[in-house]
Amino acid sequence: MSTPTYNVIGTRPVRHDGADKVTGRALYGADLQLARMVHGAILRSPHAHARILRIDTAKAEALPGVFAVVTAADFPPAPADKLVDFGEGETPLSSLRGNILASGKVLYSGHAVAAVAAVNAHVAAEAAALIEVDYEPLPCVLTAPEAMAPGAPILHDHLPNGNIAETVHYEMGDLAAGFAQASLIVERELDTATVHQGYIEPQNATAFWNTDGRIQIWCSTQGSFVARDATAAVLDLPVSHVKVTPMEIGGGFGGKINVYLEPVAALLSKKAGRPVKLVMSRRDVFTGTGPTPGSRVRVKIGVNPEGKITAAQAWLAYEAGAYPGAMVVPGAMTVFACYDIENILIEGYDVVVNKPSTAAYRAPGAPNSALATETVLDEIAEKLGLDPLTLRLRNAAREGTRRADGPRYKRIGCVEVLEAMQASPHYNAPLPGPHCGRGVAIGFWFNVGLPSSATLSVNADGTVNLIEGSTDIGGSRASLAMQAAEVLGLRAEDIHPTIVDTDSVGYTGVTGGSRTTFATGLAVHDAAQLVVEQMKARAARLWAVDQVAFANGVFSSNGHSLSFADLAAQLGSTGGPVSCSATVNPKGVGGSFAGLIVDLHVDPETGKTTVLRVTSVQDAGKAIHPSYVEGQMQGGTAQGLGWALNEEYFMDAAGDMRNGSYLDYRMPTALDLPMIETIIVEVPNPGHPFGVRGVGEANIVPPLPAVANALYRATGKRLNRVPMNPATILGL
Amino acid sequence: MKAFDYAAPASLPEAVGLLASQPAARLLAGGTDLLVQLRSGRKQADVVIDVKKIPELNEITLAADHSLTIGAAVPCYRLTDHPAVQAHYPALTEVASWIGGTQIQGRASLGGNLCNAAPSADSIPLLIALSASAHIAGPAGRRSVPVEAFCTAPGRNQLTPGELLVSIHIPAPPPRSGAAYLRFIPRNEMDIAVVGAGASLTLANGVIAAARLALSSVAPTPLFVPAAGDSLLGQAPTPAALEAAAQLAQAAASPISDMRGSAAYRRHLCAVMARRALELALSRAQENQ
Repeated sequence: MSTPTYNVIGTRPVRHDGADKVTGRALYGADLQLARMVHGAILRSPHAHARILRIDTAKAEALPGVFAVVTAADFPPAPADKLVDFGEGETPLSSLRGNILASGKVLYSGHAVAAVAAVNAHVAAEAAALIEVDYEPLPCVLTAPEAMAPGAPILHDHLPNGNIAETVHYEMGDLAAGFAQASLIVERELDTATVHQGYIEPQNATAFWNTDGRIQIWCSTQGSFVARDATAAVLDLPVSHVKVTPMEIGGGFGGKINVYLEPVAALLSKKAGRPVKLVMSRRDVFTGTGPTPGSRVRVKIGVNPEGKITAAQAWLAYEAGAYPGAMVVPGAMTVFACYDIENILIEGYDVVVNKPSTAAYRAPGAPNSALATETVLDEIAEKLGLDPLTLRLRNAAREGTRRADGPRYKRIGCVEVLEAMQASPHYNAPLPGPHCGRGVAIGFWFNVGLPSSATLSVNADGTVNLIEGSTDIGGSRASLAMQAAEVLGLRAEDIHPTIVDTDSVGYTGVTGGSRTTFATGLAVHDAAQLVVEQMKARAARLWAVDQVAFANGVFSSNGHSLSFADLAAQLGSTGGPVSCSATVNPKGVGGSFAGLIVDLHVDPETGKTTVLRVTSVQDAGKAIHPSYVEGQMQGGTAQGLGWALNEEYFMDAAGDMRNGSYLDYRMPTALDLPMIETIIVEVPNPGHPFGVRGVGEANIVPPLPAVANALYRATGKRLNRVPMNPATILGL
Repeated sequence: MKAFDYAAPASLPEAVGLLASQPAARLLAGGTDLLVQLRSGRKQADVVIDVKKIPELNEITLAADHSLTIGAAVPCYRLTDHPAVQAHYPALTEVASWIGGTQIQGRASLGGNLCNAAPSADSIPLLIALSASAHIAGPAGRRSVPVEAFCTAPGRNQLTPGELLVSIHIPAPPPRSGAAYLRFIPRNEMDIAVVGAGASLTLANGVIAAARLALSSVAPTPLFVPAAGDSLLGQAPTPAALEAAAQLAQAAASPISDMRGSAAYRRHLCAVMARRALELALSRAQENQ
């Protein structure tokens, strides 16, 4: 197959939002100032599990400067059993509302109970402290295995199976027969702690409930339409009554898909008659938003003497936090997704516990399960005396491999990623000295489709405005503009991307699921093709010809030729402006494989790990803007290394988080990681015109097991809990 | 955070007078602890008295004999940027460069670190090892206490109502002496010591003539362990002697378990960090002819 050549795709232009971001001019939600705006504060539960006996807001309401106080009682009436669905399956409205403002019980320390709007944030905080809440504390349960045990405190009376909210079961082939063929079976159980995405910008929302019943919201969200739909659902309003303007976003990583503040700001605004702004503190972010689940995963793998996997079994229990939805399903779908295995059994449990309700975090669920699979494979490789990448290559998933959850892969790049790892300079370099270890691992993550919309309008100066609705977290303005530029034969700088509110562009799904460059990119591509067709028609009219060709930014026919810009200048005299929109709901999603090689040094006296060298390898299908692909790979790797080594919610027995600050949560800083080397593999996705695969997530899957495997090589110990921090390494 | 009044006296007597009349006042030097505590509600203040405008609190004085007086409000960066302090007190320069990040060091002071009296304070074990004293002014005049006696409990110190810290005084380091402070943190910067150890050693005639050792994060206050230093007196500076001193430091520690480390892990680290601090102090003493 010949490789297409591109003019723009694969180059590294300056990003369109770069100047505003580096000069501090970009406007984030906390920057917003509106006329007559007032400020909110949220009262949060000090108990991990308690019945709310009484809430008395009188003293708060009486404080001078207070405009409004709201509790769950201020939600508009709705049937108790109402279900809502805004694209991710049906959820009970009571659960959705319950996490936003507690009703009846509080289910975690940090659970929002009431909110205040006041003349400034200090008065609002003072007023929140004046709200009297009587609690009847209840026993709490903090881990999945404890919550599944008989006699555990029960969080929700309506769940049929105690604290188990959902089970998942995938089975393929004949497990017993598979294990019977094995000459070596290794089984291990590994735990991971609750961790947070750690975006730098706290959640924020400003709302104005107008007298006409329409609500305008400005917020930091990964998806303005999902924020709109969820807010409308919570407030039991038609979606058209809510308009969401997405502000710039300071990171999300999956954690800014759910709504926390938007409906509360709206309720406060309705009472106050003014715009109300809510901004979380860092502690609010840790205790009041959605971290990713802690988990226990047991994996058993059998191989024959050649290292071919004959059977694989997994048992997964993920902590959903206070409400169902622990991402155990994707954890189960990905646990063996890198390998071609005939006989598989996977059982997963979504378990509610008295911790913040979990949210998505970059390839949600996959790092937890890959940790078990990839460390078991490392042990098998060692016992067989095989190179760990060779073992993986002997079992790697390929086109046609069936995953345990059903689908067969189309063209994928698992083998190519493994081969790139094996051929890398890093993998072939010696370790620098004693107490050092090298670990490898690979991982898989899906791409999702979901709808996206885009509009392109041609300017008379030959540039093109791009109107879209995808939150730009990782450089998507650039990657989308570049796809338009490629089709239109223009430079990336000739496209002016703008992200607009929910009233101003067609429906667009979240920036999540590694989808934006793929799916919104497809919408941009399709709109650009429509522009080309309309421009050809204008040229045809101008030249009185039937056929016009377009290549490299030049329209030509029968000896005539005009550049895109020259033709754009004549649109006014050939029928008026050209503006084209496209909406897609793509099915040709790719999925991406990633691998990591990591070298570590462990101080044998203190247990401190120093990360010496890291190489991240990932299949990007086609890298539109290689710098931002590398940025995604480095970002996911950095987060995964922090998760592996030091990050965790350190909870006391009462369920209170004791390290809810960046001082003590111990994310890695720039001083803790070396430059992360990257190798972009390109196995084009047949489902996208440029071959794009989403690259935002798969890169966070390998670091947990790669670190565990490297630590084993450095210390001789196979640890069974993440974070593998210095004390754990020493067994203290 | 509640509203508070702000005062910035320009002289020590003015500051002492203000303090005496305002029992609920809080002293502000760099504010890198105080402002965080006020904002989080951990401390309240009716009045915040900024001491940065008082000349005596803003001076670094390196005497002819190399004894050093550091005004209580001198920000860390002035120590790290001071060539003579760098030359004579390399360990002090290191500590000043480890407290917070670059921006914090533009404001944070060793005086504030001492008055904040955190068990984990990075500068205090080293100041103890260097035999530093705290110079205090108050309504009853001036007094001086050894740094090891300054902190009385987590967040509490020797200062009585109306008193403030004026400066920290470090006596001239003897010839053939060296000092060091090392801390264990899981990351490389921007973290609180899980265990810290400050040490000083003086050599004479091939043996250790003086030694002091103190630990952070293993007791309610930074912990001076006289027994550890004393065990080295008259000893040749052998690995076994240093290890034995480190074991004494470990035995004196009474760490707790918290989010930064378990008691068992901290106890283990006491011996490691104490020995490493002694080793580094020794190597510096051996270089100081």
